[in-house]
Amino acid sequence: MTIYNYYPGCTLSTKAKKLDRTARRCAEKLGFPLVELPEWQCCGAVYPQAPDAVGERLAAVRALAAARDNGGVLVALCSACYHVLKRVNDDMANVSSIRDTVNGYLDLERPYAGETKVSHYLEVLRDTVGWKRLASLVTHPLTGQRVGGYYGCLLLRPGRVMALDDPEAPVILEEFLRALGAEAVLYDERNECCGSYLSVTQPTYCREMTDRILRSAADAGAEWLVTACPLCAYNLVHQRGREQQVGVVYFTELLAQALGLTEGGDAQ
Amino acid sequence: MQKIGVFVCWCGSNIAATVDVARVVAAAREVSGVVYAADYPYMCSEQGQDLVARAVREHGLNRLVVCACSPRMHEKTFRACAERNGINPYQVEIANIREQCAWILKDKDEATAKAIVLMKAAVAKALLDEPLAPGESPVTKRALVIGGGIAGIETALDIAEAGYPVDIVEKEPSIGGKMAQLDKTFPTLDCSACILTPKMVDAAQHPNIRILSYSEVEAVRGFVGQFEVDIRRKARSVRADLCSGCGICAAKCPSRQADSEFDAGLRKRGAIYIPFAQAIPKVPVIDRTQCLKFRTGKCGVCSVVCPNHCIDYEQKDEILTERYGVIVLATGFELLDLKRFGELGWGRSKDVITSLQLERLTNAGGPTEGRLVCPSTGREPKRVVLVSCVGSRDTTDRGKTYCSKICCMYNAKHAMYIREKYPDTDVTVFYIDVRTPGKGFDEFQRRAVEEYGVHYIRGLVGKVDVHRDGTLHLTAGDLNSGRQIEMEPDLIVLAAAVTPSPDARRIAGLVTASIDNDGFYVEAHPKLRPVESPTAGIFLSGMCQGPKDIPETVAQAGAAAVKAIGLLAKDKLLANPCTARCDEQRCSGCEICVQVCPYGAITAEDKTVVTLEGVRETRPVAVVNEALCQGCGACSAACPSGAMDLKGFTNREILAEVDALCW
Amino acid sequence: MTAANVNPAEIRTPEQEADYTEQLLRLADTPVRRCIQCGRCTGACPMAKHMDLVPNRLVWELKNGRASVVLAARSPWDCLSCFACETRCPRGISPAACMEAARLMAIRPAGAPVLTAEEVAALDPEMPQQGIVAAYRKFSK
Repeated sequence: MTIYNYYPGCTLSTKAKKLDRTARRCAEKLGFPLVELPEWQCCGAVYPQAPDAVGERLAAVRALAAARDNGGVLVALCSACYHVLKRVNDDMANVSSIRDTVNGYLDLERPYAGETKVSHYLEVLRDTVGWKRLASLVTHPLTGQRVGGYYGCLLLRPGRVMALDDPEAPVILEEFLRALGAEAVLYDERNECCGSYLSVTQPTYCREMTDRILRSAADAGAEWLVTACPLCAYNLVHQRGREQQVGVVYFTELLAQALGLTEGGDAQ
Repeated sequence: MQKIGVFVCWCGSNIAATVDVARVVAAAREVSGVVYAADYPYMCSEQGQDLVARAVREHGLNRLVVCACSPRMHEKTFRACAERNGINPYQVEIANIREQCAWILKDKDEATAKAIVLMKAAVAKALLDEPLAPGESPVTKRALVIGGGIAGIETALDIAEAGYPVDIVEKEPSIGGKMAQLDKTFPTLDCSACILTPKMVDAAQHPNIRILSYSEVEAVRGFVGQFEVDIRRKARSVRADLCSGCGICAAKCPSRQADSEFDAGLRKRGAIYIPFAQAIPKVPVIDRTQCLKFRTGKCGVCSVVCPNHCIDYEQKDEILTERYGVIVLATGFELLDLKRFGELGWGRSKDVITSLQLERLTNAGGPTEGRLVCPSTGREPKRVVLVSCVGSRDTTDRGKTYCSKICCMYNAKHAMYIREKYPDTDVTVFYIDVRTPGKGFDEFQRRAVEEYGVHYIRGLVGKVDVHRDGTLHLTAGDLNSGRQIEMEPDLIVLAAAVTPSPDARRIAGLVTASIDNDGFYVEAHPKLRPVESPTAGIFLSGMCQGPKDIPETVAQAGAAAVKAIGLLAKDKLLANPCTARCDEQRCSGCEICVQVCPYGAITAEDKTVVTLEGVRETRPVAVVNEALCQGCGACSAACPSGAMDLKGFTNREILAEVDALCW
Repeated sequence: MTAANVNPAEIRTPEQEADYTEQLLRLADTPVRRCIQCGRCTGACPMAKHMDLVPNRLVWELKNGRASVVLAARSPWDCLSCFACETRCPRGISPAACMEAARLMAIRPAGAPVLTAEEVAALDPEMPQQGIVAAYRKFSK
């Protein structure tokens, strides 16, 4: 029996509790209960690209090593956590200078070399549960709802390392939405960045990005967007122009609703 | 008694700058069996060979060791020199002191020491060299050309004109290839069909040419001069001997689901179809995956309407077995599948097309009768964007590392004729470099800019948005202004990388031709033998060897024909005498050699042999077919009892070399 | 937002240029020499239109040893690390990593962080932790 070690990350324990709560309840129902790592620290929210940024990688490696020692699978929900964990894992597997230095710092019982399989929650749905089975478990199908999957950047890119889906023509969120009975709306900006951390320093630029994404989604006929990332959700909701109408929810909220586990799709 | 002469070449400064040739000569004189040693600046020159001849005469030499460049370069030269002077050519050894010594070492002492060791190894082998005589094999005076595009047609015509029969095997229902799909050709802008169709007709009418269309090569046996080839003639479901090519069947076929290959998916075709008006042969074919009769059992319309009763649903594939002296590969190219370039709008908008689709959209015989339109709306585009290098010069896993070579020129061609026919349509070409080497090529591209007002922007497109109303929006780098630019074109044309035909790999396996990492056939020498495969009797014509334009393809096709004719003109071929030999006394009949032989040259046969212990018995032993053996040595390496040996490279000789190297 | 802590105006000699370039290249750790200046990164970048030194030019200047130009640019502070450039680069280069190298050169020396605690304190209370941590990592030591 696979143990689904779970890395919630900072925001899911605070401002994005909804994402965390719905995901856990659905996982329970779908037969892959999430087991939160007993100890974890914030992943750092951004992947440290410089090869000498070792300290910035330690938190991720601690989580990865803990997952290795408990069955070898680590599930993340937040796009940023998933991105950081997967890329640091790739470094630990393939970049000997980083691997050696990190292991030197951490002094683990057993040195870590990228053994853990990092999965996004969506990947578990796709590869373990399967869309067909998921569809068969839906009790409250989202029939008639026009929903766009919003990938943003961190789930997919860089494609070589993330390898979740084709970074230029992804399908995983659309397949997910269709399994729930919704109409998956394709729109151009679904894999463009929401403005990310620029909402802290240059909100006008961020607004420009989100407006373009929301316009593109509205233009294609979407009523809702689903996302996996709390920062995307915040930017799309709080850094938007007044005229934008499209709603934004976490993908797990729709999942819970379709599985009959929630009181209703409460949007941010 | 062996009398060996050692000849050390300077190769100008190639060897002499790094190897002290005088010391090599001095060392040679000390080696037992060597009666003469000398050095010379260019041993391969006429004077150098005269020096060898004189030494043979004056010192009674009966074996030669030449310390020079790789045997790939000049082994033939010195073998011929030996033969002229009464020495068996297989008693010549080459010590490679250039590529394997002088070129890779810097220190002169080190290089000289290595050259001396290599010389000693060659002498050790020369001492054991036995005289060998090549056998002879006959030549079947017929050529096979695989692929019926412009390359294959041209090669076939040239061989046929020289008087030899040629078969063209083409997997599609018609010959013509990619050139038949093109509208115009650069740099003269003449109509592609106008220059190709007469060639197709010439091929069809030539008494020496047989066209086997809708056919595929399935197996190849034998070797140069005597290839035996199985050709699968796929069932057309139409009797070619009765068909008049009227086309009524295709016109009446109720199935209209399949994309027309010829029109690059821009039009549907029937399940029974003639690919294009000038097809040769003009005989339709039933695509059984689409045909209602084959899928559901109901229909049969074509059979009803055919005035000559040609439709034959029962027709079966046939295997035709033929013998050929030579095989020319002309398998052509395809365009890279752009499914991983989603950011450029590929697959999201009908108005994002490939350059080949554009050819069909501007061709009078195409789906729009030559009217350039946006496929989504049927309206004429006012702004057209051409994007270069989509998948070319791309070192990531979604592209090809090479330059596809033809795109810069066809982009200029497309831009020019769009501007010519639709002066109100704006054309922009995005590019990294404009590559126009070739006669009249740069002038042609400059005309596009200077006379036709085509915009060239240095930079590529990074993202294409497709709006709900179908309009396109792109962002691109504009390198000369150092900024990002946006455009809203009506039509985007992607210059997809060219790739070898997917069939090339399979055929390479059948004829043991080498292919490179990209799937193009490898030539025997990149400069000096550009149209020959390293496998004897296999020649290369056109795009299957690497990206090239039509003039180059035709030139190469002619060159391949000349090489093929040169072979067909011979009555006999000398066979390589360095073939495997089985010591039947030692052979245990384990048949490992039979399994490892890549040429099928070894069989196990029952023979009566006297064993090493003197017992006479009948048992299976390995028998080598010298005509098939290519002398690769796999069997002698694999043989557990040491029975297999390779003439010219016997185990004793190799061990003697190793001893000399290690001593 | 303040400019880089390494004052590009102080890079005067060819030796200093070479030294800073080497440091940048070590931090970027991406094969800039493979760049053929196709401009796809700039075409792909969602922030390029606001940048003073667009991605392809930043890679170009870095490749050609002009650290002073790279460090004087504002674009690293506009970069979103969305990796569109890296994913679409046909040569396997990460312009995003070059942007990060320029940021690190500026924020690593001890002293004034580019993003201060006061600036963060003034943020929207709804801002998720993830955003604050990300901005801190990108703009501060």
